[in-house]
Amino acid sequence: MSLLQINEVTHSYGSRTFFNWKDRSKKVLNDISLSIDEGTCLGMLGTSGAGKSTLGKVILGLERPQIGQVLFQGHDIYAADKHIRQKIRRDLQAVFQDSYSSVNPRMTAERIIAEPLENYEKLTAAEQKRTIIELLERVGLSERDLNKYPHQFSGGQLQRINIARAVSLKPKLIVLDESVSSLDMVNQALILGLLKELKEEFGLSYLFITHDIKAAYTLSDKVGVLEKGKLVEIYDSKNQFFTSKHPVVHRMRDSILAEHPRFRTIR
Amino acid sequence: MLGTEQSNVLQVNNLQVQVKTKNGASTLVEDINFELKRGEVLGLVGESGCGKTVTSMSILQLLNRKSTSIEGSILLQGRELNGLGEKGMREIRGKDIAFIMQNPMNAFTPVFTIGHQFIETIRSHTKWNKKQATELAIEAMHHVNLPDPVKLLKCYPFQFSGGMLQRVMIAMAACLHPAVIIADEPTTALDVNNQKNVLYHLEKIRAEYGTAILLISHDLGVIAEMADHVAVMKKGRIIEKAGVFQLFDEPRHEYTKKLLNARSKLQFYESAVHLA
Repeated sequence: MSLLQINEVTHSYGSRTFFNWKDRSKKVLNDISLSIDEGTCLGMLGTSGAGKSTLGKVILGLERPQIGQVLFQGHDIYAADKHIRQKIRRDLQAVFQDSYSSVNPRMTAERIIAEPLENYEKLTAAEQKRTIIELLERVGLSERDLNKYPHQFSGGQLQRINIARAVSLKPKLIVLDESVSSLDMVNQALILGLLKELKEEFGLSYLFITHDIKAAYTLSDKVGVLEKGKLVEIYDSKNQFFTSKHPVVHRMRDSILAEHPRFRTIR
Repeated sequence: MLGTEQSNVLQVNNLQVQVKTKNGASTLVEDINFELKRGEVLGLVGESGCGKTVTSMSILQLLNRKSTSIEGSILLQGRELNGLGEKGMREIRGKDIAFIMQNPMNAFTPVFTIGHQFIETIRSHTKWNKKQATELAIEAMHHVNLPDPVKLLKCYPFQFSGGMLQRVMIAMAACLHPAVIIADEPTTALDVNNQKNVLYHLEKIRAEYGTAILLISHDLGVIAEMADHVAVMKKGRIIEKAGVFQLFDEPRHEYTKKLLNARSKLQFYESAVHLA
């Protein structure tokens, strides 16, 4: 059984209201079915407005789809009872693009990471502190950062804290919604490396939503392509993606910038 | 003026920028030397916070004059910019040096139409009337492949997508044929499909008007596509300067090697290109 399965999900924004009777709703997800196996990373590529983030929200349980099911470990997350939903939330975590808006500016790094632990684990104060320090060290920060506030970190460091928070409960699936897109290249490479290590270490699965083909290539096992709310195709391997003749994929490959001036196409 | 200097459109010598703080002066960038020839693209790379933007802002004298001090010389076509008054700079900005900012969404005033802002820019530097300025604006927008410019000029910035707005900005920067365009991370805020498009238009302007471009980016892909020469910055200093091929093939400085290794590699893609 796959860890996550989505069956024929359709979702649209903006519906009819009493005053606005004409149907102006826009289908952002159109009949999407996919599955993610345990310990794998599915890269989800698409241009802006393709419905990538909505897909992420639907999977996280933040946006109930109008049609279709989202099954996490066999439970429909929108139909499950309170007890199961609570368990699912523990196993399903997220890291978003904007690291600053994902944290409370009034909390220190320690309290940010402590939040999920306080909610789910019954640890003594000393144990909790030790866990937090271990997590910080795991993501490349140190004990000295415990009492710092978000504005004292750089974007890359804060994204590490977000990752530490996401892995603190040893979840099964992490939705990475453009998690590295706002970072500079050095930090991007470091965070991608960290995510890869954590995946091996904890047997994590990722849904890696991105518009950056290179980043998707680094982290993903399978690659899916979204275009205008429709799933174009899912490729079981990266090679399949790069040899695909589909026009959407072709256009995406064309937009990759050269890696070496030898391959430049603009000049 | 010496013959060698004449070919340099922009020459920056020993640029140093300091900011005054409570605990004395703190140096943001120092010992910056580079020159730009006509039709040349100089790439300025480095990670965030290394002083790329401070360098470009100091060339345009856009930094707060009270709290920062700029030392060294910035020669634009033989004319010293450092120390020039606000009035003199206003004549130069937009006409001789154009600036393309990272986030096009924030670079326009939301309360005026694109046309209003476009025509204001043209008219403040020329003696043209409104009709002539409008014609030039339409022509410039045609040039960057924007569909139906007449209609677009009546639109407000929020009605555009990021990629379109960045093209408007390029059109605006290029319409007065400046000697230098400073492009500060021109593609970072755009999605991948628009990036190449914007770079393509920048290149077109360089090729047609011989504009020199100072291209600031942390993305080595952008540099590989566009630059003739590259300067690598770290902690406020230029640590390596080389031709783009030399830099990619034989990086000398350890930090440059680190930057080059940080690229996510698509070996498979490259070999596919070779086969094709």
